[in-house]
Amino acid sequence: MSTTLKTAALVGIVAAAVSASGVQAMDQEKCYGVSLAGENDCAAGPGTTCAGTSNVDYQGNAWTLVDAGTCAEIDLPDGRMGMTAAALKDKGFEGIKRDLPEGLAEDVQAKYYDPSMMSDS
Amino acid sequence: MPEASTTEAAFRVGLLRADGAIPEGVTDGAGRPAGRRYDVYRNNVAVALREALETGFPAVAKLIGPENFARAAGLYLRRDPPETPLMMQYGASFAAFLEQIDALRGIGYLGDVARLELAMRRSYHAADAVPFDAGRLAALEDSTLRAARLILAPSVQVVRSPWPVLSVYRYTMLPDQPKPQARAEDVLITRPEFDPAPHLLPQGGAAFIDALRRGLTFGAALTAAGADFDLPATLTLLLQQGAISDLQTA
Repeated sequence: MSTTLKTAALVGIVAAAVSASGVQAMDQEKCYGVSLAGENDCAAGPGTTCAGTSNVDYQGNAWTLVDAGTCAEIDLPDGRMGMTAAALKDKGFEGIKRDLPEGLAEDVQAKYYDPSMMSDS
Repeated sequence: MPEASTTEAAFRVGLLRADGAIPEGVTDGAGRPAGRRYDVYRNNVAVALREALETGFPAVAKLIGPENFARAAGLYLRRDPPETPLMMQYGASFAAFLEQIDALRGIGYLGDVARLELAMRRSYHAADAVPFDAGRLAALEDSTLRAARLILAPSVQVVRSPWPVLSVYRYTMLPDQPKPQARAEDVLITRPEFDPAPHLLPQGGAAFIDALRRGLTFGAALTAAGADFDLPATLTLLLQQGAISDLQTA
């Protein structure tokens, strides 16, 4: 490689790599309300409290990374829908108000999107 | 009764002693020896540290099984207790420790799997960085390009191994993975969005990235990467993963 690079091919190789990198691999996004209990994502390691902490199936304030664009299409029982972190943030919410663990404070729940309001809008 | 400060020091030292000795001066509210309560406390400290290691090294735990892992962790946490209260940093020397255990010598790749897991964790906790506009790179002439410096994002980590460390990691942690082939694997860890992801590095990639990290120019890094360096694949991977945060031209 280094010998061929001396023949001024370097600029071409770099340009090709730049354009090839524009073809993104499948993006992932945070999807709320789709994880099974104990299987939400997080790679933070010890001393942190996020990974595997969901304790209700399809917990509304726990997320999993999924391929971009598939969050709302994931098959969930009883008409549930997943919502991306971006969609929730657009509406000013931090989670979905369903399938929450018991004893969650009211002021925390107030920041969650209520899916039963969907039929009104 | 010993001085309170003496008892405090002995209390702390005794927590990580495996022989069960109770420090002098540890008493309950009525002034009676409180050795059993101390035992409970000591056990909780050891269990908490062992669980921190299990959380931090899930692939190692799967590879050697829960009983072996508990035994190795029990030895390690007494030899190398945390140096800081930030538990996400615990286990920096665990890989080297595993490699010194005779009973685990047969699993040659175990230490490098631990290094990979630690590097993933470090990547997770590294500072954010906005990727640079790759178009700037394509616009440079040959001489400017060779003299330029690429700045890596703080979340970029590299693990070099004479073992198929990434294949072993994936085979251990993910379903439906191919059996690892006997080969050396260098791994790039990037964090393009929220979570770190490991990637197999092309030939020469690790030496190239190491040279960039040491502040060498693009041209010098090419030389450092050796004659077999696969520049197109390495550069495409770095750009796709948002692993380069800046381009400095002289």
